[in-house]
Amino acid sequence: MTNSWTDIKNTDLAIIMGGNAAEAHPCGFKWVTEAKANRGARLIVVDPRYTRSAAVADYYAPIRQGTDIAFLLGLINWLMANNKVQWEYVKSFTNAPYLVQEGFGYQDGLFTGYDEVKRDYDRSTWNYELGPDGYVISDETLEHPRCVWSLLKQHVAQYTPELVSRITGTPKDKFLKVCEMVGECSAPDKTMTSMYALGWTQHSKGSQNIRTMAMIQLILGNIGVRGGGMNALRGHSNIQGLTDMGLMSNLLPGYLTLPFETEPTFEKYMSTRGYKPLRPDQTSYWQNYKSFFVSFQKSMWGAAATAENDWSYDWLPKLDVAYDIIRAFNLMFEGKVNGYVCQGFNPLLAFPNRAKCTAALSKLKFLVTIDPLQTETSRFWENHGPHNDVDTASIQTEVFQLPSTCFAEDDGSLTNSGRWLQWHWAASTPPGEAQRDTWILGQLFTRIRDLYRQEGGAFPDPIVNLNWSYEDPDYPTADELAKEINGSALEDLTDPADATKVTLAKGKQVPSFAALRDDGKTACGCWIYSGCFTEAGNQMARRDNADPDDTGIYSKWTWSWPVNRRILYNRASADVKGDPWDRTRKLLWWEGSKWTGFDVPDIAPTAKPGVVGPFIMNEEGTGRLFVRGMMRDGPFPVHYEPFEAPIANLIAPKIRGNPASRVFKYDWEQFGDVAEFPYVATSYRLTEHFHYWTKHAQINASLQPEFFVEIGEELAKEKNIPNGSWVRVWSKRGSVEAVALVTKRIRPMLCDGKVQHVIGMPLHWGFIGETKKGYGPNSLTPVVGDANSETPEFKAWLVNVEPITGPTPVA
Amino acid sequence: MTTFEYELPNPQTEDVKTVFGQQDLIRRSASTIEPPARQLTPMAKLIDVSKCIGCKACQAACLEWNDKRAPVGENVGTYTIPPDLSPQMFTLMRFTEWINPETDNLEWLIRKDGCMHCADPGCLKACPAPGAIVQYSNGIVDFDHERCIGCGYCVAGCPFNIPRISKTDHRAYKCTLCSDRMAIGQGPACAKSCPTHAIVFGTKAEMTEHAETRIKDLKSRGYQNAGLYDPPGVGGTHVMYVLQHADKPEIYADLPNNPVISPVVNLWKGAAKYAGLAAMAGMVAFGVLHRFVEGPNRVTPKDEEEAKQLTEDPRS
Repeated sequence: MTNSWTDIKNTDLAIIMGGNAAEAHPCGFKWVTEAKANRGARLIVVDPRYTRSAAVADYYAPIRQGTDIAFLLGLINWLMANNKVQWEYVKSFTNAPYLVQEGFGYQDGLFTGYDEVKRDYDRSTWNYELGPDGYVISDETLEHPRCVWSLLKQHVAQYTPELVSRITGTPKDKFLKVCEMVGECSAPDKTMTSMYALGWTQHSKGSQNIRTMAMIQLILGNIGVRGGGMNALRGHSNIQGLTDMGLMSNLLPGYLTLPFETEPTFEKYMSTRGYKPLRPDQTSYWQNYKSFFVSFQKSMWGAAATAENDWSYDWLPKLDVAYDIIRAFNLMFEGKVNGYVCQGFNPLLAFPNRAKCTAALSKLKFLVTIDPLQTETSRFWENHGPHNDVDTASIQTEVFQLPSTCFAEDDGSLTNSGRWLQWHWAASTPPGEAQRDTWILGQLFTRIRDLYRQEGGAFPDPIVNLNWSYEDPDYPTADELAKEINGSALEDLTDPADATKVTLAKGKQVPSFAALRDDGKTACGCWIYSGCFTEAGNQMARRDNADPDDTGIYSKWTWSWPVNRRILYNRASADVKGDPWDRTRKLLWWEGSKWTGFDVPDIAPTAKPGVVGPFIMNEEGTGRLFVRGMMRDGPFPVHYEPFEAPIANLIAPKIRGNPASRVFKYDWEQFGDVAEFPYVATSYRLTEHFHYWTKHAQINASLQPEFFVEIGEELAKEKNIPNGSWVRVWSKRGSVEAVALVTKRIRPMLCDGKVQHVIGMPLHWGFIGETKKGYGPNSLTPVVGDANSETPEFKAWLVNVEPITGPTPVA
Repeated sequence: MTTFEYELPNPQTEDVKTVFGQQDLIRRSASTIEPPARQLTPMAKLIDVSKCIGCKACQAACLEWNDKRAPVGENVGTYTIPPDLSPQMFTLMRFTEWINPETDNLEWLIRKDGCMHCADPGCLKACPAPGAIVQYSNGIVDFDHERCIGCGYCVAGCPFNIPRISKTDHRAYKCTLCSDRMAIGQGPACAKSCPTHAIVFGTKAEMTEHAETRIKDLKSRGYQNAGLYDPPGVGGTHVMYVLQHADKPEIYADLPNNPVISPVVNLWKGAAKYAGLAAMAGMVAFGVLHRFVEGPNRVTPKDEEEAKQLTEDPRS
């Protein structure tokens, strides 16, 4: 989230698209309720199904899953054509005026530089035109044909309301009504909040789904303001923490990146991470990358990381390719992985194409699962009749199940969607043999280190030199880890102007990442979390819910990254001169000599208005309507159909799916076509359950006991499927049996003149737990990920359906 | 600027002295009682259907607080689960898919069903067991299971079809308005758990006033017939609804348009009740006779097994 849950109460219009907040985030959804009650805010829901969110919405519009970009580009087109633009914001705070270099182009769904064989782009033309001073050339009139605004206008022109309706199935009048409601928020004193979740991420163009709405929010002037923002509703209580801490195969903590093998030296690595400003006087905060990186290396390897050995740069793995989950399972499937440590994850239900997943796990020599609950993954080898019909005798994988603890049995912090690090205390002792994850990993590490110390091995240095200075090496505590993440001074830090003046004594916790150094005098485990556990104590444990002026900021409640800032880009809440756009919703303002307000300024406190742009992390200082080479699939979003789509892509009929998505050969062969699978399916969660956990809880199980699929009345009639009867649903990759819930909430849509039926499939059932045994949508879904994040396409695929007399009996 | 449309203080966590009890009864089934010395402030639960997202947190909280467990059943093609109220499940979200004929738009109406705590309670009037159903001056209608004889008359007497008879202990069960929580100054578990404040609790006057602000808001959103459901046919209720379409309550899973106590119950209140009581006294006499003639009934292993099967609580 750019903003926070509590800030949603400040909005005038909430748009839930690509998510179902009332269903999947009922506690957070209360802030929408507050906005409606306090401000008379309106709620729009755009979804293939009439959801629980739609049940309390002011306006609902249906959309065929996987066509959000067409809808949103059509919305941009409408905003531009109807002058619903926050002009001062767009001209001053976005890159709309900047010129794009000659040679950049777009045609028939593809940008310049596409390589069909590699399914990848040479992105060198996706760049600005730079002047002799190295700064990007800007046309404040927005009239130059190669300025970003002109190119965007040209790019979206084809997405007319008529074409949008043909692609998305959204009736034209409903699309236009949404345009009008959204367009009102271009007024400087009106804000819209975008609330989205996996309904946008779990597509082969998930990142661009989100980006398109981010562009709309820039055009409306809704980023950095109260009641605005791009608000990702995270699916686990700490999934934000997972990404922040770099638990992706290509990341280090704090969104630093692992080197590629093309970057064999530290010098080479840093050569592309200079982040020189692209406009005069801009902050370009990533210029401090080296301080963050060196402090991270010091945190990892302590005294062993020195200037002489380039801060142990050689000890970091160098990627040849990104080892995302899809690739990892493909390697496993090909028999190229021996062992898998699976911590807090249930891939047998959470990874697409379950048959492939089972085959992959069956090829392992060993599997270690670390989980507080029995997972299907840890029992993938066990035959459960039709629900897990494996030949146990043929599976040689040795499985070690390590029971761990639930959140209520451990101290620590959970980072919520709004970037709040909320400390919690153990309320209960772990049951049975369960151990905390830190104990399990501590024990594993010290044993592995001992083996390396005794036996050497191929490359012992990163292991034997790892900084592991916990009081009990076998059991690091949450406090110790949090302090390490915050960072500390390894030597006395002195004032740059006066070397005799000590600003932070050796051994003290750093107050924030501003104190981090690139000379090895500081250590910090995750720079964006720096400030969470300082000399003033554990900031995450703060529980003062004072909220002066009812802003929804709650700056003394826990701690938010970065530097306790609650709304990112908050300098943009004021106009160029520094006056708030909306005096009734003030956030930050210029007070003659400095920025002040309710939040921590997202700009140098004395940076004069009109000079430094509000988007300080960007080299431009502005928000990007056009992005240079950072997205793999294009500097502007383009409508691409899902890989399994019921109609051809109307703007580029020859392109299947996202042309920049990586697809493995086996998985491509597993794609189905509309002739065989005429219905579009989508997966989702239900309020009664939390993922695959609460099927273990009796009350949750009693409130939603059995796997079902949702089918519209029209299709049910056509197929002779009575409500509550049994059906079989199958795709190219698998088949499931389910109770049919026949509903008015899913209605067929008219897509390119063809009636399109949608089948909905919730995902909370497996073969272990208190609920009735069932299947998950992943038995059917295709293996293909978003071109940028590799998040699997769970939200749009093709199936067929037929009535059956009942479930296959369990032998 | 106020933050909340209705400020609900955090529930107390410390024990407080009992705020009401037997001395506050205004009615007691099949009995006559002295009018209480004081009149408690009438309380009410307000359920705003337009704010309800159907999350079932209220159902879960109800099961937790009352220490009941509903069986893991089947999905029969609805989100209304369990499919009906039961001796375990005192409250139930009833989901109705309704096409508004005026707009042709679908509306998903989600009504939290349960005891309405009528000012004029049909269950209590129908009940022949002395003291099995009581009514306090704050409006709570409560069942005393120890005194219940399982006759089911309360079910017939209820215009809302709420009480359910347990097949295990043959006693009637329904929502107590969390009388045990209220007795120590806390609100109902369902209201406490509701994430959107669709369920709020307070004095009936406050709740009525709060409902007015909600109705005003709904009218601003085009619900011209939004209104409060506090049906006069049962003397008003201490559980009230805000409905988007108050002119047609029946679209909300058959919420009665004008609920009244069955004329049969009113007849029962008269002469017939004494005849009935006489018949029941006869049954008691038979039981005593049976004890002397046949000896006490013994519980056989077969009886135990049958009782176990009848027990719907999966933990027992």
